[in-house]
Amino acid sequence: MFATLSDRLADTFKNLRGKGRLSDADIDATGREIRIALLEADVALPVVKQFVAAVKERARTAEVSQALNPAQQVVKIVHDELVGILGGETRRVRFAKNPPTVIMLAGLQGAGKTTLAAKLALWFKEQGHSPMLVAADLQRPNAVYQLQVNGERAGVTVHAPEPGNGVGDPVAVARGAVGEARRTLHDVVIIDTAGRLGVDADLMQQAADIRDATQPDEVLFVVDAMIGQDAVNTAQAFLDGVGFDGVVLTKLDGDARGGAALSIRSITGRPIMFASAGEKLTDFDVFHPDRMASRILDMGDMLTLIEQAEKAFDADQAAQAAAKLTGQGGEFTLDDFLEQMQAIRKMGSLSKIMGMLPGMGQFRDQLANFDEREIDRVQAIIQSMTPAERANAKIIDGSRRARIAKGSGVHVSEVNLLVERFFEARKMMQSLAKGGGMPGMPGMPGMPGAGKRGKAKHPPKKGKGKRVSGNPAKRAEQQKAAGTKAPVPAADPFGLSAAPEGLGQALDPALDPALDPTLDPALDPNGFDPDEFQLPPEVAKFLK
Amino acid sequence: MAAVGEFFYLVIAIGVLLVALVAGLVGAGVRRSRLRGRGGAGTIAPPQDRTGATAAPPTVEPPTVEVPPATVTPTLERPEGTAGRLVRLRQRLSRSQGTLGRGLLALLSRDRLDEDTWEEIEDTLLTADVGVGPTQQLVERLRTRLRVEGSEAASPREVLREELLTLIDPTLDRTLAVQRAGGRPAVVLVVGVNGTGKTTTVGKLARVLVAEDKQVVLGAADTFRAAAAEQLTTWGERVGVDTVRGPEGSDPASVAFEAVRTGIEQEADVVLVDTAGRLQNKAGLMDELGKVKRVVEKQVPVNEVLLVLDATTGQNGMIQARVFSEVVDVTGIVLTKLDGSAKGGIVVAVQRELGVPVKLVGLGEGADDLAPFEPEAFVDALLGTDA
Repeated sequence: MFATLSDRLADTFKNLRGKGRLSDADIDATGREIRIALLEADVALPVVKQFVAAVKERARTAEVSQALNPAQQVVKIVHDELVGILGGETRRVRFAKNPPTVIMLAGLQGAGKTTLAAKLALWFKEQGHSPMLVAADLQRPNAVYQLQVNGERAGVTVHAPEPGNGVGDPVAVARGAVGEARRTLHDVVIIDTAGRLGVDADLMQQAADIRDATQPDEVLFVVDAMIGQDAVNTAQAFLDGVGFDGVVLTKLDGDARGGAALSIRSITGRPIMFASAGEKLTDFDVFHPDRMASRILDMGDMLTLIEQAEKAFDADQAAQAAAKLTGQGGEFTLDDFLEQMQAIRKMGSLSKIMGMLPGMGQFRDQLANFDEREIDRVQAIIQSMTPAERANAKIIDGSRRARIAKGSGVHVSEVNLLVERFFEARKMMQSLAKGGGMPGMPGMPGMPGAGKRGKAKHPPKKGKGKRVSGNPAKRAEQQKAAGTKAPVPAADPFGLSAAPEGLGQALDPALDPALDPTLDPALDPNGFDPDEFQLPPEVAKFLK
Repeated sequence: MAAVGEFFYLVIAIGVLLVALVAGLVGAGVRRSRLRGRGGAGTIAPPQDRTGATAAPPTVEPPTVEVPPATVTPTLERPEGTAGRLVRLRQRLSRSQGTLGRGLLALLSRDRLDEDTWEEIEDTLLTADVGVGPTQQLVERLRTRLRVEGSEAASPREVLREELLTLIDPTLDRTLAVQRAGGRPAVVLVVGVNGTGKTTTVGKLARVLVAEDKQVVLGAADTFRAAAAEQLTTWGERVGVDTVRGPEGSDPASVAFEAVRTGIEQEADVVLVDTAGRLQNKAGLMDELGKVKRVVEKQVPVNEVLLVLDATTGQNGMIQARVFSEVVDVTGIVLTKLDGSAKGGIVVAVQRELGVPVKLVGLGEGADDLAPFEPEAFVDALLGTDA
């Protein structure tokens, strides 16, 4: 099975190499693959059909048939079209001319309205507004209390005249709230309504009544990113029943691909205004169409990966480990190895992280079979060592190995393998670091270790950062970075897009002609595409 | 074994490379913030997990009521028995879902079954969130059967019914293991992602069990979401069931343990443990869930782990089911919000791949809108007939 559209298309186009142009049959095959990929991402069927037709149309044009790599070209077209639809018209919140601005939230049960209300309130508050939350969900037990608690966390006033749990009239509450806000000088009113189903006529009428009573400036439809084909019906029902001006996608921190975003956008034409991704009140942002497109296609997502990494890693620790890797600041020990491994684990399953790296598609099968508990075993082995052994793995002799194996419940051969691989990996890291690619990575002119420790300890370290790279693009980056003095911040898309390139460069075997790539042929039947991510030969060695 | 080992080290090695890469970026961030102003703002916030997040807001501190006094108020509601529920299930399903079955039947009863028709059949199934794989399988089998059996075959409706039933597999055991055994109460753990209706399901399930004259104890191990424990307590009070809860932000495992202990002391029949919603890709939270189960099992084995799936969930439901099964070994699925326009077709894929049966369905907002899942009734309702 193929997991991503790129893989599927690569397979479809495998037999096409050398052909001058794509036949209609080829394009139909492409269309089928795109269809399945989108359906698996939960894009609604009518939208899929429309979309595939549009892509096929574009695929017939010269831009694909003349491209060197039709598969990549088609993927690019699909991605562009997705971004085009998702990001077509974006807009900010419309504020009322005469405050208060009324925002009403509506959606299915469990979409995350109450949580979102508090997030939205905090967001407005940070922008200097004075929001007020209104508890108009009188249906679900203790929804009012939940909103009060969340409101307190966000430091926002909550207007909750009714206790809820089925008591009270939400329309009256909402109507009263607007007057209350005017009186207490709140300029934004956020109305949290009860969850309701699209087919429930009574509750839809109630929502429409709330709308009529408050005349909201924005009605936001809150929808869960993991909703399936039903997104279309639900969105249409809410559009007909209440009418909404914008969409908020929640639970984007899950691993749902979120095809619903595309469905809702193209069926209703309403823009997706916000994305909510996380359980903290600050995990809330405006919507990024390009990331969503990559996500729907399940393409490697370096941005997300790096964001996750930033959350999981302690900056100081990581900088120290990097310094050690490059041979400064002491040896890279098994302790560091263990620490890094645990930090990686915190980011989620290892196979998932690997899957996010571009170009890892070819190892998908192995990744799928990969047993996460292997990590536990390695951890057990390392933790069965004494501190001295961890600091200096060279002292581990035969009898120590036997003891470690006994302590961690593995065979001696596994301890051997670990120790051996650890040395090899360390050597590899150091040779890579010295190879010039890694340290000179764009976006960070200094050595990785120069970040904190390096700067304090060896100020003249700059020499390496100034070294001019052989790669013109990289050189330009370095100069740019040096020119601005302050390195590009980690969240800057420029720095990020450059980073994988730097990695690819670092791993380019051409840098180290002494080591020829000795990839296992079984793993690599088709040969690499030159423009794809390449494994360093040292790493490839492990595959033998 | 060797190959796996080798590959493992490759993965680790790449992982470490990744660390170096990230370290570089983070290092850059450190330097940047140093340039901007000292004040030691150089560190990117350490991983914040739930404990960190919940420790922050000190404003919320609900009273630590260990076991609220079992005030059996005179206005206790008497939940409806299970018998009448199925009737309602059929009504609702036929109302909301009949279109799928009818659409399919209309397609199958055409004179000629050409490619377009088959594609339409496929589309109809896909629209029900059945998923690409199971859809193709079903269509393939339908094709084969109709071709082989020709005109003397049973009506297409029968064939379709049989095939749908095969996919849902009526032979699976769908009873809930809620019998007191060996002097110990049965323990049911309810898990799922955020917003699928776990707390509501626990509340409804408690009512069903009370209707069957069982003694029930609720454990509010959702210590994360604001007001989750109150929500459950409200459900419990309505039918006079005790709810064991801990302070917000406390260890859910300890609350679950406490609930089970209370259950043993009160000689209850069933202990229902509600857990916080967690997205399946949050490794830390999934570990926490594993811990809840392990800790409970120090006293009594967990009889049932119910995964609550929202009927509107698309293909991600499959991943949810797989991951939750790996962590806590799900024994049954509760399909909620089936009264909407969503068809819950993902259940077919889940059962097909994991063999975990759907045991209960949630059909609406009413307190008694929870019914046992019956494949025949489900399929019949799907096909829009009154069987």
